[in-house]
Amino acid sequence: MTQTELLVTGRRPLRKLSDPAPSPSRRVGQSSGRRRVGRILGYLALAAFAIGLLLPFFWMVMSSLKTANEVFSVPVVWIPETFVWQNYIDIWTKADMLTWIRNTLVLAVSVTFLQVLTGSFAAYGFARMRFAGRDILFLIYVGTIAVPWQSYMIPQFILLSNLKVSNTLWAIILLQAFGAFGVFLMKQYYETIPEELSEAARLDGLSEYGIWRRIMLPLSIPAIASLSLLTFVNTWNDYLGPLIYLRNPDLWTIQLGLKSFVSNLFDTNYALLFAGLTISVIPIAVIFLLGQKYFVEGIATSGMKG
Amino acid sequence: MTTTDAPEAPAPKLKRRRSALRRRNALIGWSFILPNFAGFGFLTLLPVLILFYMAFTNWNVFGKADWVGFANFQRLLGDGSFHIAFWNTIYYSVLHIPLTIVVSLGLALLLNNKLRGVAFFRTAAFFPYITSIVAIAVVWNLLFSPDYGPINEILRAIGIQNPPGWLTSTEWAMPAVVIVSTWRDMGYYMILFLAGLQTVPRELHEAARVDGASVWQRFVNVTLPCLRPTMFFVTVMLTINSFKIFDLILVMTDGGPGQATLVLSQFIYKKGFEESQFGYASAAAVALFFLCILVTIGQFLWNKKRSA
Repeated sequence: MTQTELLVTGRRPLRKLSDPAPSPSRRVGQSSGRRRVGRILGYLALAAFAIGLLLPFFWMVMSSLKTANEVFSVPVVWIPETFVWQNYIDIWTKADMLTWIRNTLVLAVSVTFLQVLTGSFAAYGFARMRFAGRDILFLIYVGTIAVPWQSYMIPQFILLSNLKVSNTLWAIILLQAFGAFGVFLMKQYYETIPEELSEAARLDGLSEYGIWRRIMLPLSIPAIASLSLLTFVNTWNDYLGPLIYLRNPDLWTIQLGLKSFVSNLFDTNYALLFAGLTISVIPIAVIFLLGQKYFVEGIATSGMKG
Repeated sequence: MTTTDAPEAPAPKLKRRRSALRRRNALIGWSFILPNFAGFGFLTLLPVLILFYMAFTNWNVFGKADWVGFANFQRLLGDGSFHIAFWNTIYYSVLHIPLTIVVSLGLALLLNNKLRGVAFFRTAAFFPYITSIVAIAVVWNLLFSPDYGPINEILRAIGIQNPPGWLTSTEWAMPAVVIVSTWRDMGYYMILFLAGLQTVPRELHEAARVDGASVWQRFVNVTLPCLRPTMFFVTVMLTINSFKIFDLILVMTDGGPGQATLVLSQFIYKKGFEESQFGYASAAAVALFFLCILVTIGQFLWNKKRSA
């Protein structure tokens, strides 16, 4: 089994776990023994998976603490003898990290805010209002999931260039804030909230906007959390949108900045680069660990009704 | 006539009130959808419409556009780079889709067991998916480095004398990209499969076990049929995502070496944003559009037929 197979599959141990039993004879005593074997194999498979999954991250963090030469030394140095924390100080002066992080934060926060606001608002219209054309409109929304952004990025770019918003942060905000995904996710969640609640509020004289604001929004906090986290992470990590729209180095996001660091191969200090990459991953890791429940639920519910 | 007159008398009034109510509802409904739809229509639907116009023009960097009919499409048919990009996209998809399904389903089955530490692994498996493409691409590029990279060093250590050149070799560059993208995506699809596995009724498994079905038989005859809706959704999403693969390749290989990993999206990007042939690039984009739409529709029809 090669290293890469180990990295990506872990299939072999799993096959064993689910192999057809060699003989159909099953006695109670045997089955508990077999269960223990299965359990051990399960743990082995898990361990293989975990190594494959996390080794690249481990290597990234360790490389960020090496000297520039150590990154490419043969044999590979997994753990450097002395940790060069200096990399984490130098990166701020050698690269424009602060600007990149500020731009990325501005984008991620405003996109998330707009996406959640317009998405949940529209979702209420789709989930609770009845009017002609609603279902067709929703079908169009869902249908665009099958249309890759790459196929219409050129007309979109020309459109936004004509409006003079390309090469401004507004371009990315507009690009990301009105996705169909938010509408879809919020609608799925609204449909699980009992209709009687809004009916009762309606009888009490609350308007539809009031119902959205006072009843649906508070009840859909978990879905809002999911959508916010997913949108924030997506915008933080987006590479293509900024690549096309943000030409001015003052507007670069952290992804563009780090990529530009790689492109200038001649004076690239890879240890420094890894320090930058680690810094760019840390906020996402923290957000993810704090809200992983919402990540998982958001993805699971949006995928439920394929 | 006379008999029907009487009961109809109050109807128009009621109808009018009902239609007024309906109009009011429609107005309120639209007011909810409009803020999002304004952005969505302007930035997604409108560009798609413009795309179909641009594909038939020779739109260039000056914004000058003459109608050229099918000339762009004819040129695509004879363009060697386009052929390469098309087949590379298919090649990538054919490798990536089944591999990701097998790996993420395997992982989901494993994590569906009551093993210690499962929660930690669920978290870990998802982590690559939320890490930025740039970080992933840079790290894996160096991991794959033929002479200095840890991967080849491990391969040599276990006795493989001539490990592949990975991203420097035309043969191995695409498999390397597939390995990285599978590594990245599996956590996401694993979560979908895990959600699907929760819907498999426990009683069915118990019944099959009582009947003496082996683990494998239970997987094939109980788990897989129950997972069909999830499997369908995963396949549709994976297919679209494979057809539009771009950012990972752009950062990892930039289409190289040579054109070994050039894919459709990158062809569009090159022609459009690097060579400013917006009309020609749009024709290629129309091809990508139809590839995605037609395959998705095909999958839906096939799914319908099978579940009927």
